[in-house]
Formats: sequence, C-alpha cells, structure tokens
Amino acid sequence: MTTTTVDVVAPVSGGGDALRARPAGFVHDVSAIAGRALRAVPRDLEAVMPPIFIALFFFLVNIATLSKLTEGVGGGFDYKAFQMPTAILLGVTGVSRAGALVLDVQDGYFDRLLLTPISRLAILLGHMVADVTVAVVLTLPILALGFILGVRFESGVLGVPVFILMAAAWNLVFAAFGYAIALKTGNPAAVQSSFLLFFPFLFLTTSYVPRNQLDGWLDTVAGFNPVTYLLEGLRSLVLGGWEWSELGKALIAIVVVGTISMSLCFGALRARLRSG
Amino acid sequence: MCTTATTTAISTDGLVRQFNGLTAVDHVDLNIPEGQIYGFLGPNGAGKTTTVRMLCTLLAPTEGQALVAGFDVATQPGDVRLRIGVALQEAALDPKQTGRELLRLQGLLYGLPKSEMPRRVEELGKLIDLEDALDRPIGTYSGGMKRRLDLVAALVHNPQILFLDEPTTGLDPASRARVWEEVRRLNQELGMTIFLTTQYLEEADTLADRVGIINQGKIVAEGTPDDLKRAVGADVIVARVDGDAAPLCPILQKVPGVQTVEAHGRELIIATDNGSSAISPVAVALAQCEVAVRDLTLRTPTLDDVFLDLTGSHIEVDATEDEEDER
Repeated sequence: MTTTTVDVVAPVSGGGDALRARPAGFVHDVSAIAGRALRAVPRDLEAVMPPIFIALFFFLVNIATLSKLTEGVGGGFDYKAFQMPTAILLGVTGVSRAGALVLDVQDGYFDRLLLTPISRLAILLGHMVADVTVAVVLTLPILALGFILGVRFESGVLGVPVFILMAAAWNLVFAAFGYAIALKTGNPAAVQSSFLLFFPFLFLTTSYVPRNQLDGWLDTVAGFNPVTYLLEGLRSLVLGGWEWSELGKALIAIVVVGTISMSLCFGALRARLRSG
Repeated sequence: MCTTATTTAISTDGLVRQFNGLTAVDHVDLNIPEGQIYGFLGPNGAGKTTTVRMLCTLLAPTEGQALVAGFDVATQPGDVRLRIGVALQEAALDPKQTGRELLRLQGLLYGLPKSEMPRRVEELGKLIDLEDALDRPIGTYSGGMKRRLDLVAALVHNPQILFLDEPTTGLDPASRARVWEEVRRLNQELGMTIFLTTQYLEEADTLADRVGIINQGKIVAEGTPDDLKRAVGADVIVARVDGDAAPLCPILQKVPGVQTVEAHGRELIIATDNGSSAISPVAVALAQCEVAVRDLTLRTPTLDDVFLDLTGSHIEVDATEDEEDER
C-alpha cells in the first residue's frame, strides 16, 4: 500500500460552537467600543472636568462682568441667555477620547482592536458615540445653571433637546479633528495641541457680543467662522424661538466643518491601516 | 493506495513587504500544516514581526500571496481574523481596563454570546493563574502577568491558528517555562496551529516541530530542529584562539574526522561526525600551529550553529531585553 500526502489549502475547522468567533454586527461593534470608552471616562475625569469647569466659570464671570454693560445698551437684551450657548460650546468643544485613542495606539491596544473581526469604522465611531454621550451629559450642568439664573427657552421645551443635539453634533465634528491628529501622528502631545484650534473657532466670533457689535477685521473673520452661525442658531432657540433660517445656517456650519474634519479623520485612519 | 490529506494552516507564496523601498520581507514561501508548532527564528530586524503582521492582516503585502486558514490575508481579512489569535511582541493591553473587562470586551468583539462570557473569563483567568487579579486595572500587573493576559486575550475565541510574536521576550525563566507549557498544551490538547517567532534558540529548539530561519528578510533554512542541526554535523568543536582564526582552517580541515571548519573572527567552528574522537587530534593540530587556544569545547550543534553556518554570524539577542522581574 502506498501512502501519499496531499496538501490542501482549506479553512481549518475546530473550536466549540459557543466559543466560535463570528461577526457580531456593526451596531453591536460600535456599542461595544463606545461602552469601553464610556467606562474609561470616570477613570479619566481629568479629561472632562476642566472643560466643564471652564464653561461654568466663564459663564458666571462673563455674566457678572458684562451683563450691566450689554443689557444697558439695548432694551430687553438678556445677556445670560446670550451667553449660555457660548458656555455650552466652551464645555463641549474639544471633549473627546482622541487622547485615549492615541494611548491605545502607543500601548498596542489599537492593534489588538484591529486584529478582531470588527469593522475599522466601528472602532472610530464607537469612540465618537462615547464623545457625543459625554457631550450631552456635560451640557446638563450648564443648562441647569442657566435655568437657575433665569434663562428660558423661547422655543419652548422642545427647543432644549434640539439645543443639546446641536451642541453634541458640534462636539462630534470638532472631535474628529482630534482623532485625525491622533491617528496621523500617534503622538499624545500633538493631540493636546489640537486644543489650539479651539481658540480661533470660539473666540474669533460672536462669543461675547452680537455680530452687529463686531467691527473691522474681527467682523470679517467672524463671517467666515462657522461657529458664528452655530452660536446664532443656538441663540435663536433661546432668545428668538423657532427661527428656521438661523437653525438652517447652524446646520450647514456643522455639516461643512464635519465634512472637512471627518474627511481628515477617515483619511488618517486609512493611512494608519495602510502603514500597518 | 491510501491518500492522507494534510490541511495547510498557513501558506505563503513569494511574500514581500517593502518600506520606503527597503525590503523587510523578501519572497518568503511558507507551508505550515494544521496542528504544527512552527518556530520562526531570526535575529532582531530579520523580518519576523513584519511577516507576522502580514499574516495577521495588520499589514498589506507589497507582493505575493498569503493564505491563513485557507483565506487570503489581502482579500479576505475578515475571514482570517475570525480564525486567528495573536499575541504581538509588546503586550497589547489597555492599562486602565481591568483584566476582566479586557477579556469580556475581547469576547464581545469576536461575537461570543454574552451569556458565555463570565464562564469563559473565569476559565481563562484560571488558565493563567490570574483569577485574583482579574478585577484589578491592568496597569498594576507585573510584566509576566501582562504577558500571560495578552496570551489569553488571543485565546478568548478559541482560534484555530495562534500567532505568537516573541512571546517570552523580557520574561523571567519561570514565566517563560509557563508560556512554553501553555503553548504545548494548546497544541497537543486543542490541536491549535501555532506560529511562533523567537530570537531564542532554545525556545525554537524546545517547542517547534519545524523551524524556519529568517535572515535579512529571506528564509535561509527550514526543517525540523534535529534535521537542521544534523546538517551542521553530529558534534561541534568550538575553539577560541588568540588572533585571526582564518589561517587555521586549511590545517584543521586535514585532521581525520573533521567535516567542515569555519572561522568567525577568533572562533573556529569545527563540525565532526564524532566529537570525542576528533577533539584530541584537533587540539594537537592547534598546538602544532603554535596558537594560543583560549578554550576548546565539544558540544552537540545548536540552532545558532545552523544560523552561523548559513549566515556567518550568530543570532544576537538584544541586550536590552533582559529578563524582567515578577513584581
């Protein structure tokens, strides 16, 4: 009898059914990654406490400093209501898990995630879902302070969730810049420095006074700054009611910034995956 | 006529990876049957990790094809990932998660039922003697504990093929022995195919059914450890002399029983069929040459001799990768 050995390249079998790996589905994967990112938040409070402290601090200080001055100029101008969207954006802009992602890259844990069968997109989106959740939670103390100070929504109760969603959407699109830098550089210091983007966005605009009070170069720059339209949209919900053109412009601003930041972010992800 | 089908777990054909024009892996061909422990041995920078990263779908090949568990790493990466477990060179862990959280998440990402996870996590914790530490943040673990956790994280989904990239680098001898024991158990009890890269000769020699030796991106030899060593000779006499050893080669070559002689700086590697009978004539020949002999040793060949024979240099283990104490 002759024995011949034949090499066959075929899927290998093995492993019990219960422990057999299988694709769990995109939504499941996003929620698993988001769950991990959210569990890390209480262990990483230094990442979320400063923004909320800064937001509450400036909300109170700005009102105390500028209320008399601004409310004295125009009749019926409510500076507290005017300042609340600024405080919200101060609180949620730049809050992201990009710093944690870059540590994952450094610790090799990002590779571990890439070795699992989940979609690469789910890894990024899971972090972003966590960011949006954190941003929503961060808006609550600022809103509460606003209500305590007497701010009321002209758009009514429904305006509040719309206001929160717009702030969260802004958080999401701005966070994508941080993820782009994290994935591009793999360097925590570079991610930290992305905070610098925060300044032109949030201060070369109508953070402290209405657009008609801006003059010269600052007015020109504010006209190009998407945050100007976002603030006007948010303020319209508080001060004016349902002003669809303001809300539309705010939405366009979010979409424009989001298109740029997400393109950079997913481009950086693709580049990182290519380079291995 | 009886036909036995051996299933190939890993096969590559002309696998190449270049980085900015530099070739890290140069036309590597592998054919590893299911159920084998394959040792991929080479010095630092030889291309071991790059090869593993391609086989694990982390890195796209520049040229060539690789099939893992029957699926193409470039075109069917998702199918490959479902069937492999990987422990990379550096333990890939999140220091802020607890061991339990990490293993649980790992299971969820592989689609294991939530109901199975508590039992599986306990089982894995027991396997690596970390039951008591599972609820502690991983950042508080010692190097050995991290390595063991990293290894079981690769096993959560009971993979068919396990890639271990230098799994014992930096471990103390006791932890190293435990990893070896576990690797053997996985292979023998579960029939898991194991692709193990290492720069430790003893590790490849002890664990691997077959060894591939890689140097400068190319496979320079492949076979069972015994076959590879046998190719060098039954015994090896190593002589260290003062001065250049090269001029002594032709003289020693004429000594009865000597098969081959190679000089590497001040060292002579003399392969012989019978070391105990050849060592005296070799010593006499060296004395006649009036060379100061620092030491003369007789031993059986090691994989380092194979590497030396093939490449002209020793496999040097990175001095910075000294053993790490268990805390």
